[in-house]
Amino acid sequence: MSAREEIMSRIRTALSDAPAVPEVQRTYRRTSEMSREQLIEQLVDRLVDYKANVDVVPAADAAATIAARLSAATSYVVPAGLDEAWLAEVPAGTRRVVDSAEQPASVADLDAIDAVVTASAVSVSESGTIILDGSATQGRRAISLVPDQHVCVVPASTIVQLLPEALPRMDVTRPQTWISGPSATSDIELERVEGVHGPRILDVVILEDA
Amino acid sequence: MSSTFVGMPTLPSQRGHGNLHAEEPFPQAATRELGNTQLRANLRHATHTIRDKRLNVVGELPDWEDLRQAGSDTKDAVMADLPAKLEEFEANFTARGGVVHWARDAEEANRIVTDLVRETGSEEVVKVKSMATQEIGLNEHLEEQGIAAFETDLAELIVQLGDDKPSHILVPAIHKNRTEVRDIFLQEMPEVDPALTDNPAELAMAARAHLRKKFLGAKVAISGANFALADTGTLGVVESEGNGRMCLTLPETLITVMGIEKVLPTAQDLEVFMQLLPRSSTGERMNPYTSLWTGVTEGDGPQNVHIVLLDNGRTNALADKYGRTALNCIRCSACMNVCPVYERTGGHAYGSTYPGPIGAILSPLMTGIEAEDNGSLPYASSLCGACYDACPVKINIPDILVHLRGEDVKAQHEASRVPTEMDVLMKGAEIALSSGKVLNLMEKALPLGRLVAGRDKKIKKLPGKLAGAWTSSRDIPAPPAQSFRDWWKKEGRA
Ligand code: SF4
Repeated sequence: MSAREEIMSRIRTALSDAPAVPEVQRTYRRTSEMSREQLIEQLVDRLVDYKANVDVVPAADAAATIAARLSAATSYVVPAGLDEAWLAEVPAGTRRVVDSAEQPASVADLDAIDAVVTASAVSVSESGTIILDGSATQGRRAISLVPDQHVCVVPASTIVQLLPEALPRMDVTRPQTWISGPSATSDIELERVEGVHGPRILDVVILEDA
Repeated sequence: MSSTFVGMPTLPSQRGHGNLHAEEPFPQAATRELGNTQLRANLRHATHTIRDKRLNVVGELPDWEDLRQAGSDTKDAVMADLPAKLEEFEANFTARGGVVHWARDAEEANRIVTDLVRETGSEEVVKVKSMATQEIGLNEHLEEQGIAAFETDLAELIVQLGDDKPSHILVPAIHKNRTEVRDIFLQEMPEVDPALTDNPAELAMAARAHLRKKFLGAKVAISGANFALADTGTLGVVESEGNGRMCLTLPETLITVMGIEKVLPTAQDLEVFMQLLPRSSTGERMNPYTSLWTGVTEGDGPQNVHIVLLDNGRTNALADKYGRTALNCIRCSACMNVCPVYERTGGHAYGSTYPGPIGAILSPLMTGIEAEDNGSLPYASSLCGACYDACPVKINIPDILVHLRGEDVKAQHEASRVPTEMDVLMKGAEIALSSGKVLNLMEKALPLGRLVAGRDKKIKKLPGKLAGAWTSSRDIPAPPAQSFRDWWKKEGRA
């Protein structure tokens, strides 16, 4: 008998008393009433607590804000679908690499790049979580992982308060990365310290009118 | 035995193998660990830090109890319908290009993983922290087979470099303080700056530098999974450092080892468990990184993706209708962080990969109560109930502890056929309670109890396994100098 058949058979034997299947009551909060201003305020509060840098700006200032955040970088990578206008003010001398599934940068290339700029799919203000789903504006998972600085753009219309409000907006079968602050560890005496293997710098640019 | 399924033979449950055993009785191990004052100070500091953080972030949510109930019911529902959920997961994961393997026990899982690694031609793998691979002893097995496994989680790295054993499921090096960590790094990392201080941020940087090349060049990664979603075939890993993302994203081949109890029915269930888990484990509103993947995504991440679904005694636990909810555990570690026994003895005293209150029930449920010294684990508790209150999926650990103590007594009885200590105690109680005269005589022996107790009027250690196990974690008050009946008589009221 195969391992699969054997395990299935064991499970059935173990359940021979036919335990009850409870009905799951979703009585927890699933909708919220926060205004856009409140959502932004809560998201900023959480992200700052995680030691991310946050700018809240009108969409018209996106390019200037991103350029300012990239001022220390000599090179950056962007996913092929990123809005060109956001990059308009990055100095021409800063090397730009455009990445896509068809023309992926190698891991070694990415390791030599200082920063990455991506958009995001949905954000959850209550937990300070930004979700990337690998679509064209966010790119392959590797690009937002290997460079040491991640500049992430969050249009305010994509912020919700609660996780149960975020999930219906997403396709869970896309490769997802949920980001709540720069990389960190609590492994030494259970105290959180920022900056381990993932990007050590997380810059979030919230577009208040987009 | 009746079965809900016809058409396939049914088999008795399978006992777990691997690192699931106490190597010596808990009281003995605990007594030794209690002698380590540095360990106790480290644990006290760490568990108290996390307790306060957890209470803060849990208190923030007005619907915490609703989430706990939903989490508990979801898990009960999955367990009751496990074959169907596993089949659904398997079909969806496979449809997306993943390969599903099944392993009856630790040996079989190790063999499957080794063969998969061999097929890639690689002689080393990077690993992201996984309880399941710790349980089956995968690293040791791979090493015997000539494959080097590199732990990448900071705490696992500390444990691996220090040639030590994990003592906590979330923070395996919780028993080490920052100075001890620095000393290990200075000794084991040839490239490290000798001026390294014990500042945790600096230590994290040293780990980053040490592992970076490994990540960037890795061909094969081995991970665990925090959950598998049946309706989509999605797997998820919850982490902090980004070592998980590195392992799950950069290599060509990804092999995940996961217990069969980790499956959740729907993607929607994430909205419950991703609120319960981070707040209960690190006491954060959300952990820094969570990765989800569904089989293979063309052009993004590993293209050769496998999962090994592991039994290794889980069906044994499932067969115990009073104990099966132990399988609902989401490995948050809240129960050990609040446990007065764990805080003093640390995780090593429990022997198994799973320490603390959950380990005290899960290990014997998976191996069978009579296996090696696991029968002593259910006594490693004062039954104070703090674990039950903290558990995000409401596992009634104290109830299961009491149930397993009963099972242990039964097992010993059957094994020996000679009256056990508990039999004698029970018999004694029966005789004493059956006759006022005998009770009277027994009470006369009370002063003897006071002698054992010593000056502080606490009995520190009772002889024998049962009574000894109980008193090793809590002192019992000495019996009074005079029994109630003596006093009553003396007062002339008899
Ligand atoms: S038993 Fe409950 S509290 Fe303990 S680790 Fe498991 S889920 Fe967490």
